[in-house]
Amino acid sequence: MFKGVDFFPHGTKIPVMEWRRFCVGISLIAAMLAIALLSTRGLNFGIDFKGGSLFEIQTKSGNVDIADLRSRLGGLGLGEVQIQGLDDPRDALIRVEQQEGGEDAQQAAASKVQNALGEEIEIRRVEVVGPAVSGELQQAGIIAVAVAILGILLYIWFRFEWQFGVAAILALVHDIVITMGLFSLLGFSFGLSEVAALLTLAGYSINDSVVVFDRIRENLRRYKKMPLVELLNLSINEMLSRTVITSTTTFLAVLALYVFGTEVIRGFSFAMLFGILIGTWSSVFIASPFLLWVGIKRDWSGAVAKGTATGRA
Amino acid sequence: MLHFERWKIIAIAVVCLAGIIFAMPNLFSKQTVDGWPSWMPHRQLPLGLDLRGGAHLLLSMDTVELEKDWLLTLRGDVRKQLRDARIGFTGLGITGNSVQVRIAKPEQTERAYAELKKMVQPLGNPILGTSGEDIEVIQIGPDALSVRPTSQGMQQRLTSAASASVETVRRRVDSLGTTEPTIVRQGENRILVQVPGFDDTRTLKDVIGQTAKLTFHAVHPRSTAEEARQTRVPLGYKIYPSDESEGGREFLLEERPVVSGEDLVDAQPGFDQRTNEPIITFRFNQSGARKFGRFTKDNVGVPFAIVLDNKVLSAPVIREPILGGSGQISGSFTVESANNLAIQLRSGALPTKLTIVEERTVGPSLGADSIEAGEFAVTVGTIAVAGFMIFAYGLFGLFAVIAVLINLTLIIAAMTLMGSTLTLPGIAGLVLTVGMAVDANVLIYERIREELRGGKTPISAVEAGFTKAFVTILDSNLTTLIAAIVMFWLGSGPIRGFAVTLSLGIFGTIFTAFTVTRLLVSLWIAAQKTRKIPAPI
Repeated sequence: MFKGVDFFPHGTKIPVMEWRRFCVGISLIAAMLAIALLSTRGLNFGIDFKGGSLFEIQTKSGNVDIADLRSRLGGLGLGEVQIQGLDDPRDALIRVEQQEGGEDAQQAAASKVQNALGEEIEIRRVEVVGPAVSGELQQAGIIAVAVAILGILLYIWFRFEWQFGVAAILALVHDIVITMGLFSLLGFSFGLSEVAALLTLAGYSINDSVVVFDRIRENLRRYKKMPLVELLNLSINEMLSRTVITSTTTFLAVLALYVFGTEVIRGFSFAMLFGILIGTWSSVFIASPFLLWVGIKRDWSGAVAKGTATGRA
Repeated sequence: MLHFERWKIIAIAVVCLAGIIFAMPNLFSKQTVDGWPSWMPHRQLPLGLDLRGGAHLLLSMDTVELEKDWLLTLRGDVRKQLRDARIGFTGLGITGNSVQVRIAKPEQTERAYAELKKMVQPLGNPILGTSGEDIEVIQIGPDALSVRPTSQGMQQRLTSAASASVETVRRRVDSLGTTEPTIVRQGENRILVQVPGFDDTRTLKDVIGQTAKLTFHAVHPRSTAEEARQTRVPLGYKIYPSDESEGGREFLLEERPVVSGEDLVDAQPGFDQRTNEPIITFRFNQSGARKFGRFTKDNVGVPFAIVLDNKVLSAPVIREPILGGSGQISGSFTVESANNLAIQLRSGALPTKLTIVEERTVGPSLGADSIEAGEFAVTVGTIAVAGFMIFAYGLFGLFAVIAVLINLTLIIAAMTLMGSTLTLPGIAGLVLTVGMAVDANVLIYERIREELRGGKTPISAVEAGFTKAFVTILDSNLTTLIAAIVMFWLGSGPIRGFAVTLSLGIFGTIFTAFTVTRLLVSLWIAAQKTRKIPAPI
């Protein structure tokens, strides 16, 4: 019978914890760059959060003439109009910024664009979001990310110790901040579905950390005397094959979505693809060092063992 | 852990079979399924607007206007109440969100208070108990009274305005002849309109949005609008602009209409027999016909104004009394605009202006592309993951793939039974589930390999793999479930669809890993002829 290829080397002894300063350093730099980008360039918010209108169009014959579209729509006096070609040369995406003058002004602008596009262009998708709704969605997005983080923190606190919760959340915030930073760097549109991707990524990244934490807890019971650094190293190495294999399967699935999906879920699947990579990185190289620094209670009755103290023994 | 009692095996088989049966109709077209015998399941997964194409509009009611309207009515009521009781008053007016009145003789204030108190209506259900009153009367000075809507009263107004608006919008949308539109109140002052398969939002918006308030007014007998502008507008009159058909003239009309749109029972588009121009013919109910008849009888030779949405459509001269209660409106209509206006007149006026605050429309061709792309992504994703799993774990990998396929089937069956709609992000959730669901199996199999390396016999290694991985699988999946629940709670339409498939996927993952995979593994062990079972993975 075919037993499968056990391709991943076992009994690896990658000294992850010895590299912790270097790895956490890299992550810290990346996170700081991301924060700097987010606070200067900011995110290219989609119309969900910024208001305005979006049109996905397709020509009835021939390719889209973007320059012609730009000149036709630029003359309408609607402020900033972005036109982006899509994979299919017949398709394009038009974004019109939010208009001054409340809800009705958005509708008026949208109908101006529709008139200007004329008969030879088919409008395949229209989204118009007014200032009231975009404000609410913004708020809902922030609340959702905050509540999800809090909920996960509480769950891990309940299932493990608070130290695990804090370490996992730090790793999670790291993943989210860097992913958002990448969106800012690339200038990709950031909307509601990208927030959904961040939440999924939160669940996924925690999932990875939890699996390692579970093993740490198990090893803490099994090797009562093993120095903490060694124990964390052992746990990470033991789970490495699983981490890599699961990340691969999830990555493969999302890659199919990214390659074959339509424009609507492009941003979502891109965020997920990157999120899987960064989530894997953080669960291996970031979460455990954080755990070491926060300190783990080794023994339910004993005092909190500071990682840096026992870890050097 | 590996031993299954007979009833458990049967239970697992029943669940999987039920999943397959209820998911099955989704593989066929609607026509095929309709032709199936009645004992077979017919229910198919409804597709979201982003997949089948359609229009989604979020409308907002104007609460400020609603309150203003109420205050105007209240002012009239106060006037009438005090007049009927023969109490003199001065300075009746609206201040902020209340109607204030000064009683001419302070000694009558108490009696006036008692009179105004009669206007107060209890709120809520008379059987289940009341929940306060709609307005409150407060004495704010020795001779001053204030009548003010309570917040519960305002709430109730809003609720009844919302249900009236929903009904009106429904009638208007139905007149377009579309199938299964969804029209519901959302939150405090919003109305959600979803029309599947209809992407001509312009017509939709025209039909929904226009207030179409038709009224008939008496024209001031002597003064014109220009004269009134120069001197002053006489009490009870108002200047109205006119439609293009009247050359942009202004009219001085009595503010109170002779007859209003509520008395209209029918309106139909038609053609003028002489000029062949599009017109609208209308008919009043009995009271409208009486009022209109009396007015036209008293005013032969005098012009009157037909006003639509506070704009004068036309101001014909009354040639003879119109007693039958029906008539026709001509203006510069096109066939289409006459048709739309007739629909609007028929479906009645909205209690308040509705503003479009969000619009999302997907054309049917894009929806079809999305379905195709989604199906392709699910297929390719599943094949890639399946290939990888079989490469990594051989026969046990195949078991995992079977578990994932059953998982997908169960998700689709559950969604079909729940009647939740499949959206494009929902498909993304399915693809993601395929990738993440095998994680449970990866955890188990890696554990088995670890135990084998630790020197355990194959059977006890398999046993330990399932037992020890269980907690980890539970923990790691529940955290994702938290994120999914938050998304469901936050989510508007499509995101909700994603949250639903993701959560169902998590339950499906836990279920299949510990029943389907485990059962397959135990069956495999039972099928081994030798006592010494080889290491399976």
